[in-house]
Amino acid sequence: MPDRRSVRLTCTLNGRRLSLDAHPMARLLDVLRQQAGLTGTKEGCGEGECGACSVLLNGRLANSCLTPFAHADRATIVTIEGIASGDDLHAVQEAFLECGGAQCGICTPGIVLAAVDLLERTPHPTEHDVRAALAGNLCRCTGYMRIFDSVLEACRRLSASRA
Amino acid sequence: MSTSLDGFDLVTPASLEEALGLLASDPAARPFAGGTDLMVQLEAGRLRAGRYVNLWDLAELRGITESPESVAVGALTTYTDIRNADVLAREYPLLVRAAEETGGTATQNRGTIGGNIANASPAADTPPALLVYDAELELRSTAGTRRVPYTAFHTAYKQMILAPGEIISRIRLPRRTGWLDYYRKVGPRRAQAISKVCFAGSIAMSGDTVADVRIALGSVAPFVVRAVQAESVLRGKSINDEAIAAAERALRSEVAPIDDLRSTAEYRLRVASNLLREFLSHSQ
Repeated sequence: MPDRRSVRLTCTLNGRRLSLDAHPMARLLDVLRQQAGLTGTKEGCGEGECGACSVLLNGRLANSCLTPFAHADRATIVTIEGIASGDDLHAVQEAFLECGGAQCGICTPGIVLAAVDLLERTPHPTEHDVRAALAGNLCRCTGYMRIFDSVLEACRRLSASRA
Repeated sequence: MSTSLDGFDLVTPASLEEALGLLASDPAARPFAGGTDLMVQLEAGRLRAGRYVNLWDLAELRGITESPESVAVGALTTYTDIRNADVLAREYPLLVRAAEETGGTATQNRGTIGGNIANASPAADTPPALLVYDAELELRSTAGTRRVPYTAFHTAYKQMILAPGEIISRIRLPRRTGWLDYYRKVGPRRAQAISKVCFAGSIAMSGDTVADVRIALGSVAPFVVRAVQAESVLRGKSINDEAIAAAERALRSEVAPIDDLRSTAEYRLRVASNLLREFLSHSQ
């Protein structure tokens, strides 16, 4: 239920322009999940430590649990649902499938977004770059090694597709 | 969402002038920047209800500008902006190191230097660097602009000299040459950790003697502090075992670490002392 302080804001969400209504201090995480129906963005810690709620906000990785709805105004937002092109998975998603980079899956959407963000800025990262870029994303299942392998494999796939 | 938003509001002004007007008209209103601290407090049920003024889109508070005397950093400059600023990497490397070691990428994209100062955590990572660089804060309100040295800004735990309706608008760093800088943050994990101790030091040597020195620490007192007694012990001295021991004694007498969930007073004191020794040994 929109409360009395609810505001209507327009943003571009996964390539689609739309208007949403919510309290300006509501967590973007809740607006995405409850109003936009995009439940791929997960809540882990709710305090900016785990990265499960990561989205791309105006082309920058952001924790949606710490982003007030007011900051979505006229913003471009990409969630995990906007990473694949139709049925074609992004190279990062393919690599996670191939390398076993996902186990329970709660951290995976945030990690995929962090990896996509890294590879857009740094097309040829070292393993150190990958570790640094994913430092804000916690995984309690994999022990991280297969996640790092997945990101480096995605980098190889993207380089091959560009060649 | 476990927190009710009853009683909270976040208003978005169109200009800095409008923002300052909103803050002046409601003494209980508080500024809101990237949200990386306030949204955590909100979710934990620890944020005071009331009106918040959204500064995030105010271009007047962004940007890094250079003059012959100083480099001015807008209060809304994010950790990512700091990491990407060539002038800061060249002249104020401790600030860049501090930004790199604050949170992960997502936090660095949203957290601001003004917020890091105004949140006034004794464990904040950029303030020790700002103290070492003799930073001056520019404070704005509808009453005008004033400048205060950062050393005079924090007065007690979470207390600072901001007047009602006043915000930090800019951080001014005087230009400097001939200093050797040192920074080390000790936490439970290399990335995204809250400091047990954070140490920033800068030293200017004249031959074998210390011409001038700055030492600042986080997480060892109710607010981020300059170790002025250790500094004065070192000025004019050669760096040898005796001078290092005297500086360590002075440092131990002027910090007041506590036991808390992240560390113990004893450990913090030992680490602070060891970091001072490492800093000075590097400068010999």
